[in-house]
Amino acid sequence: MQLNTPSSPHIHSGDQLSQLMQRVLWALLPAITLYVVFFGWGIIVNILIAVLAALTFEAIALRLRKRPLGSNLGDFSAVLTAVLLALALPPLAPWWLLVVAVFFAIVFAKHLYGGLGFNPFNPAMIGYVVVLISFPREVTTWLPPEAISGESISFVGALSATLTGTLANGINPDAISMATPLDHLKTQLTQNHVISEIIHDNTIFGQLAGSGWEWINLAFLVGGCWLIYKKVIHWHIPVAMLASLALIAGVFWLIDSERYASPLFHLLSGGAMLGAFFIATDPVTASTTNRGRILFGIGIGILVYIIRSWGGYPEGVAFAVLLMNMLAPTLDYYTQPRVFGRGRNS
Amino acid sequence: MIRQLFQYKGGVKLPEHKQQSTRLPIQKAALPQRLTLPLQQHIGTPSTPIVEVGDSVLKGQMIAKAASLISAPVHAPTSGRVIEIGEYAIPHPSGLKAPCIVIETDGNDAWCDHRKPVGDCHDYSPDQIRDYIRNAGVVGLGGAGFPSFLKLTLGNDRVVETLILNGAECEPYITCDDILMRERPLEIIKGLMIMKHALVAKNCVIGIEDNKPEAAAALRGAIKELAVEVEVIEVPTRYPTGGEKQLIKILTGKEIPPKALPIEKRVVVHNVGTAAAVYRAICLGEPLISRITTVTGALKKPANYEIPFGISAAELLAQAGVEESSVERIIHGGPMMGFSLNSVEIPLIKTSNCLLVTDKKTVPLLDKQQAHACIRCGSCADVCPINLLPQQLYWHSRAKDFDKVQDYNLFDCIECGCCDYVCPSQIPLVQYFRFAKTSIWQAEQEKKQAELAKERHQFRQLRIEREKAEKKARHKAKAAKVAANNSENSDKKQAIEDAMARVKAKKQQAAEASPEKPESGGNT
Repeated sequence: MQLNTPSSPHIHSGDQLSQLMQRVLWALLPAITLYVVFFGWGIIVNILIAVLAALTFEAIALRLRKRPLGSNLGDFSAVLTAVLLALALPPLAPWWLLVVAVFFAIVFAKHLYGGLGFNPFNPAMIGYVVVLISFPREVTTWLPPEAISGESISFVGALSATLTGTLANGINPDAISMATPLDHLKTQLTQNHVISEIIHDNTIFGQLAGSGWEWINLAFLVGGCWLIYKKVIHWHIPVAMLASLALIAGVFWLIDSERYASPLFHLLSGGAMLGAFFIATDPVTASTTNRGRILFGIGIGILVYIIRSWGGYPEGVAFAVLLMNMLAPTLDYYTQPRVFGRGRNS
Repeated sequence: MIRQLFQYKGGVKLPEHKQQSTRLPIQKAALPQRLTLPLQQHIGTPSTPIVEVGDSVLKGQMIAKAASLISAPVHAPTSGRVIEIGEYAIPHPSGLKAPCIVIETDGNDAWCDHRKPVGDCHDYSPDQIRDYIRNAGVVGLGGAGFPSFLKLTLGNDRVVETLILNGAECEPYITCDDILMRERPLEIIKGLMIMKHALVAKNCVIGIEDNKPEAAAALRGAIKELAVEVEVIEVPTRYPTGGEKQLIKILTGKEIPPKALPIEKRVVVHNVGTAAAVYRAICLGEPLISRITTVTGALKKPANYEIPFGISAAELLAQAGVEESSVERIIHGGPMMGFSLNSVEIPLIKTSNCLLVTDKKTVPLLDKQQAHACIRCGSCADVCPINLLPQQLYWHSRAKDFDKVQDYNLFDCIECGCCDYVCPSQIPLVQYFRFAKTSIWQAEQEKKQAELAKERHQFRQLRIEREKAEKKARHKAKAAKVAANNSENSDKKQAIEDAMARVKAKKQQAAEASPEKPESGGNT
């Protein structure tokens, strides 16, 4: 009798990498839905272009590296990188901006380092930073919510704007685009305006933070909590990051609420929630010990606040994540958990 | 008394699959024609045969004696004749052969007559009890097979606060302890009392996973009947709670350091099956010649069998009605830590707690697909009961960075397989860790051998030099002797010369005295 003799353990939970990635994608769905509600179909066009580009680059890179296509394309990691990038870049951005960002994310940040699992830096953030530095105008041109601009962006309109530069009705998106709430606040503050004056009667600010943005951020929060509940991510990084951001923002806000935005504004603006739950938690590039994760999160939270308040860019999540990526291996080494039956230092 | 339970970090909840093999009572396996008894069925030195080919043996007769302190004797499971002492495949992941005594059974199942049942163990000293247990060949029946008397020995100044019986049985499918607790609770409790006496233990606790309420109830009934003080504690069902150190942590909160023994923290753990074996050894005078083995998985009537040691897996499977044609693999032990057999022609031994038969349909063990890249998600670290970082161990094992891998405490890994079980990339982590461990052992072995060779070389050099020196010394001595001889000779010469001189002088004197007689007179 011929018997099969693999080594133990002989059973497996059935968890799969692709399932993990798909769950993260599902968790983004509420925020994407609200994005469409507030800002029109632009984000969907972004996602489609980015995903298409990501799969193409992934397939080419795998082919060049002589790796099997099927199982690697099917792990949804490239799709996730693409969707995160699409969310980080402004809707109606030209198609080539997305393609360049995705190219750097997939080819440079991921495959040149050895592919999935070997990249030291978050690929989506590398792609984002490359286009942010190279094409600052395109990356910082955001649409206001439809309710403010009065312009509703249809799918065809968005597609047309992305591909040709003008909306289907001939309007140039530049004409209706505005700075993001974070950007606006920063510029105004540098011109010595005070916060109550800046926010007063400005429709881009909502009840809690940026109009529209506040709800999208809350939707990221909901999706993120679901991921924690499903044990796809650990709570340590998002909680540490958001708590440190809120704490440091709170201190400055208490000192001078006219010059420093409220903690709530910081938490619900820009990429805070997306960064905390979906980007900083990328396991490949984050710290993997629990204490390391907390330090990693705190570092990002502090850096985000520093860059937003005193740095050259209105938003700092991408830079903060990349900077902390560099520290992750060291954090891992020095924060090893206490092994069963051993003292802390043995 | 409500006891506060503790928790160890990690572990996984596994599908249990235990009901199927507990539907039937313990079945007695029919005696086969041949029993193949490996000399090593325990941890330690293989035993030494004390019978010869052709000898008749009786049931319970010792056929191989313990070869050292850490060893256990082997007894004939039934009466018959020794027909061979030779090498046969033994249950081991390697499929290697090892020395075995083969007995042809005669069907009489006749007991040897020097059984010495002990009435009340309290009439005997702990030392005597230990000797009985040792001679009965009792080893841990939970899996490892460590000679039990050693774990019933108190070291210097050692005190046992808690004697724990392990009835957790956390591996899926296996129910041999469960069924034993249900059907023979009195044996277990009586055995426990003997162990308590041997260890002068203060408290006795039995830990059972809470998925075995019948077993717990049966034990409680036995405790009541015997009016003894033993606590039965149901612990949460979670793998690997049946691990010795994990169970100690849950029941006492104590963590036993790696490489340390529980007794150093005043705790001793024995398996429930071992307790029953101790009872049989002491109270019935029966050495360890059989055990309960679960046969489960892809067969019509999964059940627990009381098997004589040495019965072949093929024989037992045939008795259990396994159709060989549909079998995909057979696992010796449980699905988490057991190993798959490469042949059914192996004997079952003291540590054979389960045969798990799988096929593609009824027991689809989820086979791993091709492993994906590790994304360092940390699921493995979450479930590691030792609190290691398997993702880091994997990274460094893969890179063959064996120094770093030891920095991350590779050798604390108990190979429970939890990390493997949850890995979403389906990486065979435990296999990597085994590989790293064996590589390090091999390197150490080579280093030792190199050192030995160096030592030998140095010794040879020394010897050559010593021989040279000795030779030189010998030469010197010889030369001295010759010289001495020479000088003796020269003495004689001197004496002759002296004598000659004296003669000459005398002649001269004579010549001077008579000058007229010239010297030339001689010429005349």
